[in-house]
Amino acid sequence: MASRKNIWLNIDWVSVLLYTILVFLGWVNIYAAVFNEEYNSIFDISQRYGKQLIWIGAAFIIAFFILITESRFYQFFAYPIYGFIIFLLVTVLFLGTEVNGAKSWFIIGNVGFQPSEFAKFATGLALAKYMSSHNFKLQNFRSFGIIAAILLIPSLLIFLQNDTGSALVYVVFILVLYREGLSGIVLFFGVLAVTLFVLALVVDNALLIAIMITSALVIFYFIRHKRKFFLKVLLIVLSVCGAVLLVNLLLSNKSRIEDILIVLSLLLAITFLIFSIRLRLYSYVLLLLVFISSVIFTLSVDYVFENMLGDYQQDRINNLLGIKSDPHGAGWNVNQSKIAIGSGGFNGKGFLNGTQTKFDFVPEQSTDFIFCTVGEEWGFLGASFIVILFLALLLRLLWLAERQRSAFARIYGYSVTSILFFHFVVNIGMTIGLVPVIGIPLPFFSYGGSSLWSFTILLFIFFRLDANRLQQNL
Amino acid sequence: MDLLARRRYVIGGFILIVGVIFIVKLFNLQVLSTTYKQYATNNVVRKIVQYPSRGLIYDRNGELLVINKAAYDLLITPREVSVFDTTTLCNILKIKKTELEEKIRDAKEYSNYKPYIIVKQISPETYAFLQEQMYKYPGFYIQPRTLREYPRKIASHVLGYVGEVDDQALQNDKYYQVGDYTGISGIERAYENLLRGEKGVKYFLVDVHNRVKGSYNNGRSDVLSHLGKDITSTLDADLQEYAEQLLKNKKGSVVAIEPSTGEVLALVSAPNFDPNLLVGRERSSNYFKLSADTLQPMFNRALMARYPPGSTFKMVNALIALNERVISPYTQFTCAHGYHVGSFTQRCHHNQAFRLTGSIAQSCNAYYCYVFRYILEKPLFEGVRNGYDVWREKVLSFGFGKKLGTDLANEAAGFVPTSEYYEKNVFKGSRWRALPIISLAIGQGELGITPLQMANYASILANRGYYYTPHVVKNIEGQNGIGPRFLEKHTTLIDDEHFEKVLDGMERVMEPPGTGWHSKIPGIRMCGKTGSVQNPPYIAHSVFMGFAPRENPQIAISVYIENGEEGSYYAAPIASLLVEKYINGSISQRRKVLEKRMMEAELLNPFGLN
Repeated sequence: MASRKNIWLNIDWVSVLLYTILVFLGWVNIYAAVFNEEYNSIFDISQRYGKQLIWIGAAFIIAFFILITESRFYQFFAYPIYGFIIFLLVTVLFLGTEVNGAKSWFIIGNVGFQPSEFAKFATGLALAKYMSSHNFKLQNFRSFGIIAAILLIPSLLIFLQNDTGSALVYVVFILVLYREGLSGIVLFFGVLAVTLFVLALVVDNALLIAIMITSALVIFYFIRHKRKFFLKVLLIVLSVCGAVLLVNLLLSNKSRIEDILIVLSLLLAITFLIFSIRLRLYSYVLLLLVFISSVIFTLSVDYVFENMLGDYQQDRINNLLGIKSDPHGAGWNVNQSKIAIGSGGFNGKGFLNGTQTKFDFVPEQSTDFIFCTVGEEWGFLGASFIVILFLALLLRLLWLAERQRSAFARIYGYSVTSILFFHFVVNIGMTIGLVPVIGIPLPFFSYGGSSLWSFTILLFIFFRLDANRLQQNL
Repeated sequence: MDLLARRRYVIGGFILIVGVIFIVKLFNLQVLSTTYKQYATNNVVRKIVQYPSRGLIYDRNGELLVINKAAYDLLITPREVSVFDTTTLCNILKIKKTELEEKIRDAKEYSNYKPYIIVKQISPETYAFLQEQMYKYPGFYIQPRTLREYPRKIASHVLGYVGEVDDQALQNDKYYQVGDYTGISGIERAYENLLRGEKGVKYFLVDVHNRVKGSYNNGRSDVLSHLGKDITSTLDADLQEYAEQLLKNKKGSVVAIEPSTGEVLALVSAPNFDPNLLVGRERSSNYFKLSADTLQPMFNRALMARYPPGSTFKMVNALIALNERVISPYTQFTCAHGYHVGSFTQRCHHNQAFRLTGSIAQSCNAYYCYVFRYILEKPLFEGVRNGYDVWREKVLSFGFGKKLGTDLANEAAGFVPTSEYYEKNVFKGSRWRALPIISLAIGQGELGITPLQMANYASILANRGYYYTPHVVKNIEGQNGIGPRFLEKHTTLIDDEHFEKVLDGMERVMEPPGTGWHSKIPGIRMCGKTGSVQNPPYIAHSVFMGFAPRENPQIAISVYIENGEEGSYYAAPIASLLVEKYINGSISQRRKVLEKRMMEAELLNPFGLN
């Protein structure tokens, strides 16, 4: 059983390869984003791509040292590491330097260091350590309180640094809790309310309601009782709807599709509701009520937000949500970002040929909005390739997490997956206008040493634990 | 646990759904929709930086010293340029065709996408004509700027000037972009952040023919510019102008301060230059001429030149001696054409005994040699070196030997040697004695003092023992006062009681047989002291410092005239004229002759050979 001892054979090289590809492509795009005819040496360390190259080199060295460290180290030192990072988060509030309005940096000489980036893996370790302990039970009130504390302390400290984006990341640990036994209803309603609220602010209502109708139909389809009966009702209602739409089109009525969809969906829902009550299928009643209230909630979010709140209140909610104050007026960043990505077309303008990025139209080009460069220069092909790469990495990590024997490694694995997932959703979602502008980096892609290193540490600790999975059952 | 393990599918499904939504959205954005491509290819949005006008500068009486005039820069974005009529454009701009072509090449080298200034500071007349023709030149556009103008042509060294930012400033301050203007010296530099205001940005929709079609996004994306703040300086324009006239054809400086506040009333460094020379398209050639001038008109002598103080320093020694109780005002020392110890002689002109007031009035060197030795050799100090350290500490409390911390940049610190300096260069391990450094008694030797420090010293004497840091700005628009830095009282280490005796001597300088009696102003009780700064092998510098009136002083002044020989020849008369002008508003009839003689004097030759 020599292979048990040799960690190099047990490392999941597929994930390491995906990581390496992402880091490399990230660097290529940073190069393109800051490319300037004046400085064209790849290794010019006065330029961001030159510096990123140094950081990538350092990241590989860090990864190497993590891999050669004994895997029990991370479990034994989970709490001290967490404690140390909390200590740093507190000190940065007093001794830190303010960059872009957030007091989250230690600047020594001209090297910056952001403790909040490293708080993510530390929290993952602490959570995994606590939840894998023998006397842990999620339903226990005390245990639940401790978990809440582990998650809320770093989140609050980062919030105090005025870095709302990074503070919001801790919401995603709900996925880890769900996997470890948190009731699905909590997850369902949590996700539903947050998604609806955020989407309602960002997306057209019509699209949103269309999504809701479709998902309602899909759910109905999977409900087993009286499926045929419901299909018949559905068919009748849909044909009525189709007829109304057709008449509407023929008369070239100017009613907005949005309004028609709302009326139709409510009609549909009420019909089902009446039938469900008469057939005493109360679980359906519940489902329909959730659906109807979701529609009303969505409509009211927009209405309340735009008509009943003053400008400054809207700003306040935007701030609360971490939507950045927009220096060029409402929606400038997102609009420019969409123009850049949209102008890329199917196969892009080609490497270094992006025009929107050269005009400095898109802000934070090499950090938060790096995905614009991908979209503009590599087009739909390149952008969806990156999305697929991330999907592949996330699903692979999920699979790795499930194959762990120790609860510690599994919980940590889920934490890693969830954190990366959150960054992926929020960052790319923001550049294509699906999520409000929240300034957090795209893992492995965005320019910056702290973020690259923290994601590398996060990931490679898990690889190290995974490589050890056969050796012991902790 | 088995049931929970199934939840992996929910989470995995979640991840997949998000991925699919993203890809669908990307497909919609990049492949189906055409609006974004049009936006990008037409490049319909043009960003134009709005430069706010710079804050104005007034004198203390509200008279304008610095105003703005309009000018226009022509920029191009090389990528947008198509074929155009070069000859016509060159004719309008009055430049050579080769010059234009070269500029366009530079612009391309800089960036194909970013705007680049190719012709700077076009006059309003040319602009009016060019504006009508602009539609013929796609890729070109005009940006309004403001330039400085100095209606009274005075105070170039205080006001400073404005020029393009250099690489250093570009690196240090993200606010600036290539081609921006910034204050380079004087008030323009010290108060740059207030004067410049805040740039704004306007976004316009432009069609392919370079015509502005309207504002982008109804102006909601625009950032308003904020005007620069106006500044009221402490200068008195009339006094400043009069001082500049008096220093014509001389090298030297004048600094006048209001003792009760530390406000600088006039600050002249001669020779100087017309500040308007450093504005506009001739700026760089004028700048080159001025910096090549051997008389160094750009050098601010008032702040940066270091002279020994000469006899004006005697009051410092007198005050320290009184404070240390090594002499009383009635102590008498005899001058026998000088001070003699063994083979050592410090020469002097008198053959009589002096008390304190007389010694100041007639500037007796011998008297101060005795005083200086008494201080350093005071038994309580147990050694000359300790005595020197005590002396030096007291001297520094007069604002000498360190930067005063005014609001003007480039202030020199001056020099008062430390005991380590003398240990290393004079005594070199041997026993400390007062004689080798006795020239400090009469303000010669290694001492270095700037004219500003000298005026501040006059201000300290006027206040009987304290000063406010001299400053040139009195008020800033929208702010209440100028901050606590200039309201802090700096007190000397000399007890108040000793000052009046010294002032008695300074008042008698202006009466016969005092050294400055020729410059007495009728009806004004002035305290002063003349000095002559040795400058071998050239002719000595003429120095005067003083204040008036003796009670409730309104003005403290220092005057240095290089190669003016005795303090009474030039510095004292010029100082007295300035004081008279400031207090009385005009020069009395019987002193017009003196005024005329001072205005006409030419002292630019250091050998005195005219």
